[in-house]
Amino acid sequence: MATLAAGTASRRRNNTGPAHRGDWRLAAVLILPATVGFIVFGAVPVFRGIYLSFTRFRILTPPRWTGLDNYRRLLSDDVFWKSLGVTVEYVVLSVVLGLAVSLATAVIMHRLTRSTVVRGIVLLPFLVSGVVAALVWQWMLDPGLGIVNIVVKALTGHNVLFLGSQGWVIPTLSLIGVWKSMGYNAILIFAGLQTIAPQIYEAGRIDGASEPRMFRYLTLPLLRPIMAMVVVLTVIGSFQVFDLVAVTTKGGPANASNVLPLYIYSKGFTEFDFGYAVTMSMALFVLLLTITFVQLRLLRANESDTN
Amino acid sequence: MTSTLPQVTPARSTPRTPERRSQRRRPPIGKTVAWVYLIGFLAVTIFPFYWILRTALSNNYSLIDHPSSLLPVDLTLGPFERVLGLATREQAVAQGGSGATIQLGLYLRNSVIYATGLTVLVVLSSLLAAYAFSRLHWRGRDVVFGIFLSALMIPGIMTLLPNFVLIHDLGLTNTFAGLILPGALFSAFSIFFLRQFMLGLPTEIEDAALIDGLGRFRLLFRITVPMSQGPLTTLALLTFINAWNDYFWPLMIAGNSDVRPLTVALGVFQQASPQTQPDFAGLMAATLVAAFPMLVIFILFGRRIVDSIGFTGIR
Repeated sequence: MATLAAGTASRRRNNTGPAHRGDWRLAAVLILPATVGFIVFGAVPVFRGIYLSFTRFRILTPPRWTGLDNYRRLLSDDVFWKSLGVTVEYVVLSVVLGLAVSLATAVIMHRLTRSTVVRGIVLLPFLVSGVVAALVWQWMLDPGLGIVNIVVKALTGHNVLFLGSQGWVIPTLSLIGVWKSMGYNAILIFAGLQTIAPQIYEAGRIDGASEPRMFRYLTLPLLRPIMAMVVVLTVIGSFQVFDLVAVTTKGGPANASNVLPLYIYSKGFTEFDFGYAVTMSMALFVLLLTITFVQLRLLRANESDTN
Repeated sequence: MTSTLPQVTPARSTPRTPERRSQRRRPPIGKTVAWVYLIGFLAVTIFPFYWILRTALSNNYSLIDHPSSLLPVDLTLGPFERVLGLATREQAVAQGGSGATIQLGLYLRNSVIYATGLTVLVVLSSLLAAYAFSRLHWRGRDVVFGIFLSALMIPGIMTLLPNFVLIHDLGLTNTFAGLILPGALFSAFSIFFLRQFMLGLPTEIEDAALIDGLGRFRLLFRITVPMSQGPLTTLALLTFINAWNDYFWPLMIAGNSDVRPLTVALGVFQQASPQTQPDFAGLMAATLVAAFPMLVIFILFGRRIVDSIGFTGIR
């Protein structure tokens, strides 16, 4: 990438002494592996994906150009729209619940303890795979022998089909997702809290502000950039939820938990309808890009607000 | 952050009775509620891990009679023996195993190869690139770096399917190369992470070494790498954890048990378990084995990981 012409130019421009003479040549060598990886497994696949979404492609035979067929099909595919709805429900629940729990935990941790042990324990679920989280919760939520259901039955008198009923399955899955990520997010917010100068609270106290008011008018505005980041990360992560659902419900009952990544996977790998699967991942990409863009715009607006 | 501590201590030692009294009078209710919340939170976090252990040490038949026992039911190592292939089929069935075996040893090996291979390559490739982006001066440096960073915007699912097609075309499905390569050479986060650190390193040592005639390439490995040990370790840990826990990509690529990592194998084992009488004890034992390396990393490096998340958050 670093062209030959760049050599002479850089020598003239970066006249920081002999130390940086010939740097571009070494730089070209050093970034070569990353550049190859970026082009071959990043950039090219993106464009190939765009191309494949306009074709009928079943892996074993070469792709055949079909224009906008896949996209037209997408618009009239009821399963896709149902899947999108289910995914959005999962994302909204995960963001709202996840943010509330993480924020509360971070603030309370910040007030009560600096213990690294506590923060370490909080982080534990983040370190295990989604498969492990899915398996243990599926066992604990088992309608017959699961400990959660035993407690629920003792309290209410009847079992709940957490993962087996259409109404419960998405809230349950999002709770498992929240369980896995809440500690990570709490640590992120905790780190943000540590950057707030204690003098700000002192000033607030002198002005006679109560704790809830200080939280509302000092902590929250100052935390906004980091909260926005947590929301962006949670949204992007939740839209791509796969392992939790693939292991526990496989999309059931009756497509009630057939989230988009799962639907994409089953189209591609059980029906070998690759062109269409790629089309759906393209739709998801556009959706995510839009949402992220809007969120970052909001984040920027907020920054000018507080600074 | 720790620098604020000395400021707090003198303030505490000055006797200010009225404030002290109000502090003692008011907080207890709020503080008690806060402690109750935090302890509840920690309990919810830890309990599933305890439940894995408790179930994995139980006899699967006896579990049916005592599902709510807080301690292992008929304490036994049977579930571990059967998932590790140490028990005979009869022994397994007698303890409520399904008879379906899981070659956990093989999958452990596969996970180790996959996660280690990926980690070594990611760290090496990112180290080289980060050095070029932070310590060298060349035209177009910031433009290339910006293009690399833009990859952070692309969600994984976008490149997953085309990359599968590529690996398929190359004939690399069911190989470790196919499993590792797509993620090994380029990682925008890793380059960014190391570059941020290297930008803060003092240049004097390097300049002195250059004047002494040490080549740039040697300098990188003799001076910069030792100075960057901390971030390199953190990056290696994060990469290893992610690879160890990865599910979607290996599910596509590693259909064959010779390369199938633990996460995928666990899913297969669960589906092989009969619906009528699942082997929960065996499943939890396998789950514990799969999570075990992460628990070791947690105990050894928990603090480092916590701190690194603080870093990524603040940027």
